[in-house]
Amino acid sequence: MTAITVPPAVPTPHIRASIFRRLVRKPMGLLSLAYLAFVFVIAVIGPLIAPYDPNTASIDLVLAPPSPEHPLGGDSAGRDILSRLLWATSVTVAAAAVAIVAALVIGVIAGLIAGYFKGWFDSLASWVASLTMALPAVIVLIAARAVLGPSVWWAMLIFGIILSTAYYRLVYATVVGVRGELYVDAARVSGLSDARIIGRHILSVVRAPIIIQTAIVAGIAIAVQSGLEFLGLGDMSVPTWGSMLNDGFRNIYRAPILMLWPSLAIASTCIALTLLANAMRDVLERSVPVRRRRRRTAALAITEAEPAPNLDDIQPGTATETVVHNDDHTSANPRREVLLTIRDLRVGYQQQTGPDIEVVHGVSLDVLEGEIHGLIGESGSGKTQTAFAVLGLLPRGGRVTGGSIEYEGMQLADVGEHAYRGVRGKRIGYIPQEPMSNLDPSFTIGYQLVEPLRKNLGLSKKAAKESALALLDRVGIPSPERTFDAYPFEVSGGMAQRVLIAGAVSTDPDLIIADEPTTALDVTVQAEVLDLLRDLQRERRMAMLLVTHNFGVVADLCDRVTVMQEGLFVEQGPVRTILGSPAHPYTQSLLDALLDNGPARPPLAVTAEGGRP
Amino acid sequence: MLAFILRRLLAGVILLFVISALAFGLLYLDSANIARRLLGQNASPELVQQRAQELGLDRPVVVQYWDWLTNALTGDLGRSWFNGQLVTVSLQGRVAVTLSLVIGTTVLSAIVAVALGVLAARRGGWVDGGVQIVSVLGFAIPGFLIALYLVLIFAINLDWFKATGYVPLTESVTGWLSSVTLPIVALSLGAIAAVTQQVRGSMIDAMSRDYVRTLRSRGLGMGSVVYRHVLRNAGGPALAILAVQFIGLLGGAVIVEQVFALPGMGQLTVQAGTQGDIPVMMGLVVAFAVIVIVVNLFIDLAQAALNPKVRLA
Repeated sequence: MTAITVPPAVPTPHIRASIFRRLVRKPMGLLSLAYLAFVFVIAVIGPLIAPYDPNTASIDLVLAPPSPEHPLGGDSAGRDILSRLLWATSVTVAAAAVAIVAALVIGVIAGLIAGYFKGWFDSLASWVASLTMALPAVIVLIAARAVLGPSVWWAMLIFGIILSTAYYRLVYATVVGVRGELYVDAARVSGLSDARIIGRHILSVVRAPIIIQTAIVAGIAIAVQSGLEFLGLGDMSVPTWGSMLNDGFRNIYRAPILMLWPSLAIASTCIALTLLANAMRDVLERSVPVRRRRRRTAALAITEAEPAPNLDDIQPGTATETVVHNDDHTSANPRREVLLTIRDLRVGYQQQTGPDIEVVHGVSLDVLEGEIHGLIGESGSGKTQTAFAVLGLLPRGGRVTGGSIEYEGMQLADVGEHAYRGVRGKRIGYIPQEPMSNLDPSFTIGYQLVEPLRKNLGLSKKAAKESALALLDRVGIPSPERTFDAYPFEVSGGMAQRVLIAGAVSTDPDLIIADEPTTALDVTVQAEVLDLLRDLQRERRMAMLLVTHNFGVVADLCDRVTVMQEGLFVEQGPVRTILGSPAHPYTQSLLDALLDNGPARPPLAVTAEGGRP
Repeated sequence: MLAFILRRLLAGVILLFVISALAFGLLYLDSANIARRLLGQNASPELVQQRAQELGLDRPVVVQYWDWLTNALTGDLGRSWFNGQLVTVSLQGRVAVTLSLVIGTTVLSAIVAVALGVLAARRGGWVDGGVQIVSVLGFAIPGFLIALYLVLIFAINLDWFKATGYVPLTESVTGWLSSVTLPIVALSLGAIAAVTQQVRGSMIDAMSRDYVRTLRSRGLGMGSVVYRHVLRNAGGPALAILAVQFIGLLGGAVIVEQVFALPGMGQLTVQAGTQGDIPVMMGLVVAFAVIVIVVNLFIDLAQAALNPKVRLA
């Protein structure tokens, strides 16, 4: 016996139960479920409680108004409408059930086999599935009717086969996704049979999407079946919602009221099914981010606990004093003017329920003309939020909730878009972290460089292209023309980052905000990009706010540095002082973590090649 | 690009061949009983035999299909079993009716859906909520039901539009508009609902992309970033869903044509389906498949124009 225990599947029955409970707690979910349950009950007992035979016609009852004996009156052939409606509900629901069962059985089984075992069956099934997209289902059903004659059941069986592709695609995609998960590998290694893995691990994952899909498929089945019956293609001896509607339509000038009951039944059932699917999707989607967030905070808690035990005395989130060191001979320069002043900056995020969540709790810093100011801290400390606040580009829901951001005498905190006109892209440049995702894949690199040049500097197309080519050359791209015409996905990450740097400096800004500009790059490329940044900064005398979590980068480039933790600045000063004699325990722990990686070295010897702290 | 188009065309031709073979096989599978069904239960076996011989139904299905295929390649889809008319002749005028209906619907839905989707994605709040509710209803209620009530309200009670009949575009533009407006509106609502949801979703997705922030950091306004970059990136998924909707619209047109008594392919399909007129049915299947394949080709081309990854792959 192996000692490996099988890890539990993701959504355990416990979670499913709570999803049902949450569904019922939503008004939409409860209402639609209750209505569908009502329809189902009528479908089961309808034929039993119907007061008359649905097909018995009586001359007296032709288009009769409602009466005590016939509460809904009579139709054009003199049949009792209430009895027909009860029978029709039964037949329509049963017909939809035939389609759903056929679709479920075929689609789920085929999807499981194709997704789990792949091979020839996968190719064949996917090809057949794509074949059903080549013709409208209604045409296929009418063609089948030409051969098989009028039969609700045959039609719905064939429609079920067509609809099975919806389940097939869903199950297939899920299975292919789950199949690669580690817990499925673990189950296989531990010797579980394929059947058990499918049953236990894979079916449990696709169950919820299948239920949502079923609600949608049921609506489509009822709509199409009613449509066919409405066209008069069905078996006229069997009452259905569609055939009742047909009767109403043929008498639309005489008695349009005949259309009322069947159309109400069709519309309300279809709406209830759609609302149910939507409510279920909401419930399932809501449950995901909650779980994710929890996992993330757990991960953060671990990294926080790791660095050093002496952090216990620092209360996160409360305004402790920032340790500010005086300028030393390298950073002091009386001729430099202050470019960017941040005072007591607070950044908060709106919540759907409850008060805003504050992620930056009142921080202050100055960036002088031509200096590189490092902003260092671990992930989630709020350094990127601070940078985005300066750019006025906080993600949706985020805003500056307090304090001031002054740039060359202009107030940028909590102002509208117009205040940034002529500032962003012209006087402040931005270098992002992830090179690939920061270039639009649908446009050439050249276009993305030329567009801002024309907008901000008013250059002609030709001048902008020349300028862009010169920039590409300057940032060390070997063949600027070819890169100019290339799409982002055609160049390497290092090249893409050079392109983004070129874009940031293209309008000759006074300040560059660089958000971890080398984190996503290979170590060798990192050093080259850092060199490029330093050269460009000296050449153009730009100031830079450099966000990073890497003390190597700080030591390599920065004049001054600010250490950030949990939305607060804990220490600020010249880079030599901070690295040489850090005063705050958090800074000390960060530096200790860095030096633990190798033999003890003097702080300034740690260069770009230094590993992540 | 040319290779891309040729490859797609070839795939389309193969698909058409497969569909025609499958359809023929299924429609003529019951060869032995077709003549019996045409003549009724009381016809004598001799008569049935004779009729089957006349129609060539006594031969193996493969032979019959080969016959059909070779004729079809020369543009002859056979004759109706009921009125003896050439299938191609029956189809001729009808294709235009159905296409004007479905293309009109597609254009209208695309415009409205993009407008609504962009509005919902950018504004959020109650605008988004309202769009959501409308699109849930539009998605849920079957198009023919909407068509019925449109006829009842706008054609019969208010008398604003023609309730039935079709006026060709070449005859009178206003007449054509009057005859197709209600059917197009009825068909559009479902498509608008589905495409709006997709546009909204992919807009929200595209707006949260990193490159949007970077483009804005370069001094470009949100408006120009949305219309030039976000819409283009959101366009691909929206087009894909529009292609799926188009196929659904062809099916919906069959029912809606019946409601408005429009002489399109749908009406012919219903007629052939009720009568069991298999040569006509076969011709219709091929015609519908050709339309679907051509539209998919156009959608593929549009995808390639929007997305360089598709174009360069």
